[in-house]
Amino acid sequence: MTSATTAGLTQRPRLATVWLDGCSGCHMSLLDLDARLFELVSLCDVVYGPLVDTKRVPEEIDLTLVEGAVSSDHDWHLVIELRARSKLLVAFGDCAVTGNVPSMRNVVPLSAIYQRVFPAAAAIGGDCPTVGVPRLLDRVLPVHQVVSVDLFLPGCPPAAEAIYQVLLDVLAQRAPEPLKLTRFGA
Amino acid sequence: MTSPTRVVTLRIDDREVSAREDETILQVARDNEIFIPTLCCLEGLSTWGACRLCLVEVSGSNKLLAACATRVAQDLEVKTNTPRILAYRRTILELLFSERNHVCSVCVANGECELQNLAQRCGVDHIRVSYRYPELSLDLSNDLFRLDPNRCILCTRCVRVCDEIEGAHTWDVMGRGIDCQVITDLKAPWGESKSCTSCGKCVHVCPTGALSQRGTAIAEVHHHRDFLPYLTQMRGERD
Amino acid sequence: MPSDELVALKTKAEQRNRANRICVCTAASCQSVGADRVHKAFEAEVNKSQREEQVEVRAVGCMGLCSAGPLVRIENDETAVLYRNVTEQDASALAQSIGRAPVERLICPTDVPFFTRQHKIVLANCGQIHPERIEDYVAVGGYEALYRAITEMTPGEVLADVKASGLRGRGGAGYPTGLKWQTVAKSPDPVKYVVCNADEGDPGAFMDRSVLESDPHRVLEGMAIAAYAVGANLGYVYVRAEYPLAISRLRLAIRQAKAANLLGQNVAGTRFEFSVDIRLGAGAFVCGEETALLLSIEGRRGQPRPRPPYPAERGLFGRATLINNVETYANIATIVDRGGASYASIGTERSKGTKVFALAGQVKNTGLIEVPMGISLREIVEDMGGGVPAGGRIKAVQTGGPSGGCIPNEHLDMPVDYDSLQQVGSIMGSGGMIVMDESSNMVEVARYFMEFSMSESCGKCVPCRVGTYQMHQILSRMLSGCAGPGDLSMLEELTRAVGETSLCGLGQSAPNPIKSTLRYYRSEYEEALRKSRPSMPLAEEGVR
Ligand SMILES: Cc1cc2nc3c(=O)[nH]c(=O)nc-3n(C[C@H](O)[C@H](O)[C@H](O)COP(=O)(O)O)c2cc1C
Ligand code: SF4
Ligand code: SF4
Ligand code: SF4
Ligand code: SF4
Ligand code: FES
Ligand code: FES
Repeated sequence: MTSATTAGLTQRPRLATVWLDGCSGCHMSLLDLDARLFELVSLCDVVYGPLVDTKRVPEEIDLTLVEGAVSSDHDWHLVIELRARSKLLVAFGDCAVTGNVPSMRNVVPLSAIYQRVFPAAAAIGGDCPTVGVPRLLDRVLPVHQVVSVDLFLPGCPPAAEAIYQVLLDVLAQRAPEPLKLTRFGA
Repeated sequence: MTSPTRVVTLRIDDREVSAREDETILQVARDNEIFIPTLCCLEGLSTWGACRLCLVEVSGSNKLLAACATRVAQDLEVKTNTPRILAYRRTILELLFSERNHVCSVCVANGECELQNLAQRCGVDHIRVSYRYPELSLDLSNDLFRLDPNRCILCTRCVRVCDEIEGAHTWDVMGRGIDCQVITDLKAPWGESKSCTSCGKCVHVCPTGALSQRGTAIAEVHHHRDFLPYLTQMRGERD
Repeated sequence: MPSDELVALKTKAEQRNRANRICVCTAASCQSVGADRVHKAFEAEVNKSQREEQVEVRAVGCMGLCSAGPLVRIENDETAVLYRNVTEQDASALAQSIGRAPVERLICPTDVPFFTRQHKIVLANCGQIHPERIEDYVAVGGYEALYRAITEMTPGEVLADVKASGLRGRGGAGYPTGLKWQTVAKSPDPVKYVVCNADEGDPGAFMDRSVLESDPHRVLEGMAIAAYAVGANLGYVYVRAEYPLAISRLRLAIRQAKAANLLGQNVAGTRFEFSVDIRLGAGAFVCGEETALLLSIEGRRGQPRPRPPYPAERGLFGRATLINNVETYANIATIVDRGGASYASIGTERSKGTKVFALAGQVKNTGLIEVPMGISLREIVEDMGGGVPAGGRIKAVQTGGPSGGCIPNEHLDMPVDYDSLQQVGSIMGSGGMIVMDESSNMVEVARYFMEFSMSESCGKCVPCRVGTYQMHQILSRMLSGCAGPGDLSMLEELTRAVGETSLCGLGQSAPNPIKSTLRYYRSEYEEALRKSRPSMPLAEEGVR
């Protein structure tokens, strides 16, 4: 593991999670911790993400779990912002680590995908939704191809047990060993 | 080959082991439960020496040698886990993941895949080089089996088993460099192959999700390879 | 006592000999600038003046200074004058000058370093004899070494001479030739083969082609001597199909040698038997790798296999096989002729003899040169090559093509030998030498060679197949200004991994151009990184 994973965290670490281009499965797996969630919350504060209400990215974060690949301008800017404000950034789940299912679109031109997704719109002259939706990237990227990543936690989704162990290790400033617990596609 | 084979002793990772002189470093390491990753090698098929995952350090040579293609010798000192070797293994595995489109979570071989297992075992938790995203289409023309080139690592196990064991020589490698592809019968659809006997051997030796039985869904692949050493042994006794 | 065969051929050559000769270079480079038309013009000229009895118009092989082609040499038994950039219009003036004063305006001086610093063994007959006449080769002493070897020497004595010569393989790796011959000679295999590697795949290399086109018998003689020394009766020359002239001249040479009883059964009346066949390669660079080449001769896919076993133990059709490069064989007759010790007096301690280079790039004089090992690089590029045409500074010299490296100006005084070249991060290679001036971008140079290796990778092993692609990707990103911060360290890691883990020499040496440019011009890589801005790969506006 990188030495960064054991870098000094704040007394009471601040945890952020984010959901980019993924299916929310990794977050669901996190929720599968059930009772152990209370233990986790006793060790840190959840300051940002789909699990809490905050809309603004806090200035200082100790640990960010990034679910999902980077697919749009929105993902791109958000993950850069999170990186800048986090001591540690974890690629959380296969979509974040490898691009996984979202990246399957990378082998076909985007225009073909629009045709497929909005066939009716394409038929009447390209009136696909353009306002209020993020602009797509040419190709879907794993998180580490946009920002530096301190820890990779593969799995689709990583099992609750793996998430739990890794988070405990990180919060206790021990070097976690994710590949003992999970793998691509696990 | 009637001259008696001698027994030699050598050291692998500082362990004293003995071996027949006609054995490869890989065979001896496996007999002694010393881990050396492999992808192209499969017992019962000819040596190919192409995945380069089995490279080891050997005394008296500053070149790394493929354990699957190198015979043992008296007093050889073999190292299988120096930092250099561990790093190269990871790099080679990463290159394989970057070459085609591997999406383990939706792959028929998920959980039964040698590439995936080696990645986990050798410490590949992400791919540092950029993915290539080639556009490749499946061959679904065969009623029994399918080829998904997105998962192929060009180990040529299918080529060799079909040629050397089944004797059909349906498979071959076409193109060169990064454009190499396995093909059936001069690139005719597999379902139209005149040479294929539908024996299924290629499907069973494929280390990844590239070849699978029709009807298997995600993570449903199971390999049966017991026929290999048995068949080659029979063949060896015959000639 | 010379053989009847050789005496007969010599007589034939003498009868044909004319007092004056107009030698027109008709090798590939001069041909590309009209040498064939010049040759015809001279024939017409001589024919018109009815001087066929006094003047011979001879088509010869490469004269070396290709950049001044078409080259023509007008000679008699006493003197010779070289003319440069000759056109068909010049033919009449030049033909008329025979026996009178030379035509000043066309003279190409030969007392300049380009010619005087050369030491010709391999190229001794190139540009001198008619490559399609065996009697011309015999007239200058050809096939005498073979005859002497098979009549007066034991195979062991021939081997001893080759070992004493210190000759090392000219195909790239520089393996001691005598040692290789000895391994094959010692093999108990009852059937052995001798193979000549004329695949010559390096971009810009044309040494082997020139030898085959200009003096094919020299290569055949070397192969026959080798066959005698190691105990083989059959040989193959593996030539790339893109060399039609070399192939046709080689075919003719084999026919002539057979007819003259210098190949085939009972060579020159002895019990020695040796036949040669030609096999054509489709022009894949990797087929020059010895194990791939042998598979290709067997009619299989030309792909390297792990060594050992080496071809010397188990090669063509599973038999003990001697495989050497064209230039290596071209040295043999001279070694047997003059003795190994005499040959070993040329060159340096560990690199003996001469080496042929194809000098190209940003120098005034380009072409084919043969120099003694140990000559300094500066002598070659500045004195012989004449430096950068516009007077600029030489930035680097590239040797070894896609498997070699760039040697920076500050090392120009180094001696050219196998070990010194390796020390500075390049290799002797097969003889490509490209001079670069200050305008060269070294990242671009590295990408050029990586593109070659990538497209020539056979695809068998993972590190070369995918690693060359990934290195090329990174170099392209650097050059197009979109490299990421981790790209340089990843590139370095790939150069190590691909170099150390690839199956054959192609992959193992493919990173060399990057390694050497990183070693001497790292700042150019860093500069490319500094200028890089990884930008958001937004989909095109239209695609919504
Ligand atoms: C990719 C590759 C290409 C090669 N191409 C040639 C070639 O074109 N000509 C050649 O003589 N040797 C070539 N070689 C070297 C041969 O493998 C072999 O070493 C050589 O023919 C031996 O002859 P020598 O000992 O006379 O040099 C090549 C090697 C590699 C790895
Ligand atoms: S073949 Fe193996 S590594 Fe590739 S996607 Fe399938 S499970 Fe993953
Ligand atoms: S099913 Fe059998 S015969 Fe057909 S391609 Fe596979 S191994 Fe060859
Ligand atoms: S299809 Fe399977 S067995 Fe055949 S080369 Fe590809 S990965 Fe190997
Ligand atoms: S190093 Fe390259 S050319 Fe050589 S075997 Fe491997 S893929 Fe083929
Ligand atoms: S297992 Fe040895 S090279 Fe593939
Ligand atoms: S081709 Fe004529 S001098 Fe080289």
